[in-house]
Amino acid sequence: MAAVTDTLMPSGRLPRQHLDRDDMVKRGLMIVISLYLIISLAAPLYVMLSKSFSTYSFDLTAYEFQVSDAAGNFGQTATAATLNDRLSLLSPDKLATNADGRLAATSFFPEFSFRSPVKYRIRGTTPDTAYLIGSDLHRGTEWQELDSNTFRRVALRSSRSTGLDNYISYFSTPSLFRSVQNSLFIAVISTVFTVGIAFGFAYAISRSCMRFKGAFRMIAMAPILVPSLLPGIALIYLFGNQGMIRDVLFGTSIYGPLGIVIGSVFFTFPHALIIISTALAISDQRHYEAAASLRASKWRTFWTVTIPGARFGLISAAFVVFTLVITDFGLPKVIGGQYNVLAVDIYKQVIGQQNFEMGAVVSVILLIPALAAFVVDRLVQKKQVALLSARSVPYAPKPNRKFDFYCLMWCTLVAIFIVGILLVCQLAALVKFWPYDLTLSLKNFAFNHMDGGGWGSYKNSIQLAALTAVFGTIIVFTGAYMVEKTEGFWKGRAVFHFLAMLPMAVPGLVLGLAYIFFFNNPANPLHPIYGTMAILVVCTITHFYTVGHLTALTALKQIDGEFESVAASLKQPFYKLFAKVTVPVCLPAILDISIYLFVNAMTTVSAVVFIYSADTALASVAVLNMDDAGDIAPAAAMGMMIFYTNVLARLVHAFLSRAVLARTQAWRTRG
Amino acid sequence: MNTHRFAALAAFAFTLLSSAAYAETQLTVYTAFEAVDLQRYADTFNADHPDIKINWVRDSTGVMTAKLLAEKDNPQADVVWGVAASSLLMLKGEGMLEAYAPAGVEKLDPKFVDSSTPPSWVGMDAYVAAICYNTVEAKKLGLTPPKSWKDLTKPEYKDHIVMPNPASSGTGFLDVSAWLQMFGEKDAWSFMDGLHTNISSYTHSGSKPCKMAGAGETVIGVSFEFPGAKAKSAGAPIDIIFPEEGSGWEAEAGAIMAGTSKLEAAKVLMDWSISKKANEMYNVGYAVLAMPGVAKPVENLPTDVASKMIKNDFEWAATNRNAILKEWSKRYDSKSEPKS
Repeated sequence: MAAVTDTLMPSGRLPRQHLDRDDMVKRGLMIVISLYLIISLAAPLYVMLSKSFSTYSFDLTAYEFQVSDAAGNFGQTATAATLNDRLSLLSPDKLATNADGRLAATSFFPEFSFRSPVKYRIRGTTPDTAYLIGSDLHRGTEWQELDSNTFRRVALRSSRSTGLDNYISYFSTPSLFRSVQNSLFIAVISTVFTVGIAFGFAYAISRSCMRFKGAFRMIAMAPILVPSLLPGIALIYLFGNQGMIRDVLFGTSIYGPLGIVIGSVFFTFPHALIIISTALAISDQRHYEAAASLRASKWRTFWTVTIPGARFGLISAAFVVFTLVITDFGLPKVIGGQYNVLAVDIYKQVIGQQNFEMGAVVSVILLIPALAAFVVDRLVQKKQVALLSARSVPYAPKPNRKFDFYCLMWCTLVAIFIVGILLVCQLAALVKFWPYDLTLSLKNFAFNHMDGGGWGSYKNSIQLAALTAVFGTIIVFTGAYMVEKTEGFWKGRAVFHFLAMLPMAVPGLVLGLAYIFFFNNPANPLHPIYGTMAILVVCTITHFYTVGHLTALTALKQIDGEFESVAASLKQPFYKLFAKVTVPVCLPAILDISIYLFVNAMTTVSAVVFIYSADTALASVAVLNMDDAGDIAPAAAMGMMIFYTNVLARLVHAFLSRAVLARTQAWRTRG
Repeated sequence: MNTHRFAALAAFAFTLLSSAAYAETQLTVYTAFEAVDLQRYADTFNADHPDIKINWVRDSTGVMTAKLLAEKDNPQADVVWGVAASSLLMLKGEGMLEAYAPAGVEKLDPKFVDSSTPPSWVGMDAYVAAICYNTVEAKKLGLTPPKSWKDLTKPEYKDHIVMPNPASSGTGFLDVSAWLQMFGEKDAWSFMDGLHTNISSYTHSGSKPCKMAGAGETVIGVSFEFPGAKAKSAGAPIDIIFPEEGSGWEAEAGAIMAGTSKLEAAKVLMDWSISKKANEMYNVGYAVLAMPGVAKPVENLPTDVASKMIKNDFEWAATNRNAILKEWSKRYDSKSEPKS
């Protein structure tokens, strides 16, 4: 056949899709948003990766010494390296250090005495060689002559090179390596508990006829509205050494893995619940009818119908929880006690020891489990087959007094846990001086007298949340629209998809640290945004990009592609269609994206903690800093301010959504 | 218009312009002063020098030092005022400070002035290591108050002591470096071995142990005197104990950043920052001042805090900081088993 056509037809140009102006604009916009994601995500990560290979060590060949005899006649010149080899003083691992490394010059002269009349000379072999005399920095190849008492104060400085040394030293430090084990341990335990509890909760809501479902749903979502370290504060008030009900633990300390796990269950619960609820919601009544007609026991039906139907949801929830726990650092910092975890290690290395290189190493290590979880989750998602076919009958639970009672009990327990934690925080915020002065006062809300930026930080947070919601929604939705409604251009769209999914796999802490390396470099033309609100907005949008992107895609997929064809045949430009059809139809999803970004911008700590400046202190970071300084009650107070702000934002969102649904979504229901 | 009048007018305009330009001198000042003090300090300074505006950039000592070092190649600050002297020593070792002897520097206690001439940094006041001891909780547990550092290794205090982690807290490091200087290397490490068995947790911040003691979360908080006095005023049932061996201390210090374009204004601020008036201003919260004979008693603190201070060798501490922290982490971080 092919041969025939070849002979009959002259070989012409391959047919190409004609690109009109709309397509060009769409592709252009897609490339612009891709560029945004590359600058705000891929490039900083790359810089961080290269930073983790930048090492510091003492270059002994760069220093030369001369020693005089008692009369002041100088002998032969020797480099530090020669002296070190001759006397075998320092092993190579002693020469590895960090950017602030200092090595006493006297370590090359075992016979050194500061009282001796012997004089010393030191110089570098290169102009950049640096050493300290006392605390004064000297550079260069000029000889410096010093008496013994001054020579005692000479220290060599480290120089920069590239290599794997940071990784080697990380894995050979037992305390650091233990953090890896600890992180994995608490992440696995928390995942098991959260997924189990959330499954029970979701099961009760979708499969029972118990009462108060609406209230339970609302309460279950509350933990999303507070920073992750707030449950830690509540746990200290409950089970700390002065805790209200500390005897419940029989002397076990809440500081450590126990506190981290309980707190993690609290803050990851809603995330797991959303995913599992969705998985349980799409079940087919016919499967259960079939099981019943085969006389399968309830137990057997549960394991052969319910669990397999929800398994992808369970796996997905497990990975989300695992990633959240292993990358969270607020909670272990507040209640971790002596239990070291990876996320806190990064903070300790960077803020405590100014060891940015080691911070980068821990970040890269923290990326591995998060990336692995992400990849496995994607693979599993691909296997998900449509459970819901056109013939499906939605599952309708039948009343069963005993079962409904158990469900109600389960949900009540979970609700008590969640509401209890929040109430304890509220109480903590109002008590004057726990546990010695229990009168109520608003003293703890006087944030201006505390670390962390005062009420200004609260205003900044609201500004950040509002800006993130507005610009984030525009960027995310536009990006999703361009990638979904563009014809052809497969490669570009695949790249865009990858970029849009990537933020999900990058822990906030890693992103924040990468931003320091990338933006705080004077050579970077974007350097001026460092320390401003702009960088916080960019960082937060990028950090929470993926969920918004997926929400937008889901909404856009519901709009038939025919709209585009019709608009094209009517010679209407795509932006008219976008403004007049797409946006109004997708308004509920757009509102969802904006409230998601708003709430998360209010509560996020991990990414912004490295890049906020004095002018842009944030409420969520203030909670962390006030707790760090030991002002736990004001920290709880600020946490509750965030909570109330988010509740208010949610209410506004609910009101707007309803109004929007009434005005623009009337077509969904037949009149 | 005669030339005379024109000249007068021109001169007038020139004065106006130049004073306007001078009034616009804005200094970016990095600081770790307490947040509550910033406005008061700026106002007191502006009472004498209304023509220089201070733009504060404030954070905790650790974060501030990290920020300054991160900006090494492109410093954003004109002046550092109220950052730990040992941090400034790190900056000096990077060649980031402009050496300058402020007017009247000879009136200061020499231990508050950098050893080089001209000095790269000058001190304002000091905070001194102290133990915050919760009397109510101690009574419940039947403990006796410690008198010395060495007392803290007594078995009765097991799991009742909190101290800052020297790897993440400046206060924690000044404790450890003071013990090493006072007891000698060998004794200091064996003391810390004993102390470690009694420690219930190491915190990231230096004031937190004292606030935890104030709230009864722990009985003994190894901290410094400032948060102790503050917690006591807020109603915490604590005693502030200065151990009899002496206490490590740290100076809050100031320096001019090398390469600043506002050197004159920076010098004015430095001169003022060590004046008698400034020292009186620091005295509101701090009992030990750089200028001898100025300090008045501070609420809840003894009058002789200065006599508790050991001879602290900042340079030794800076040179050996890495090695000390490495040794400390090797000994105590890896032993930090979960305490459940």
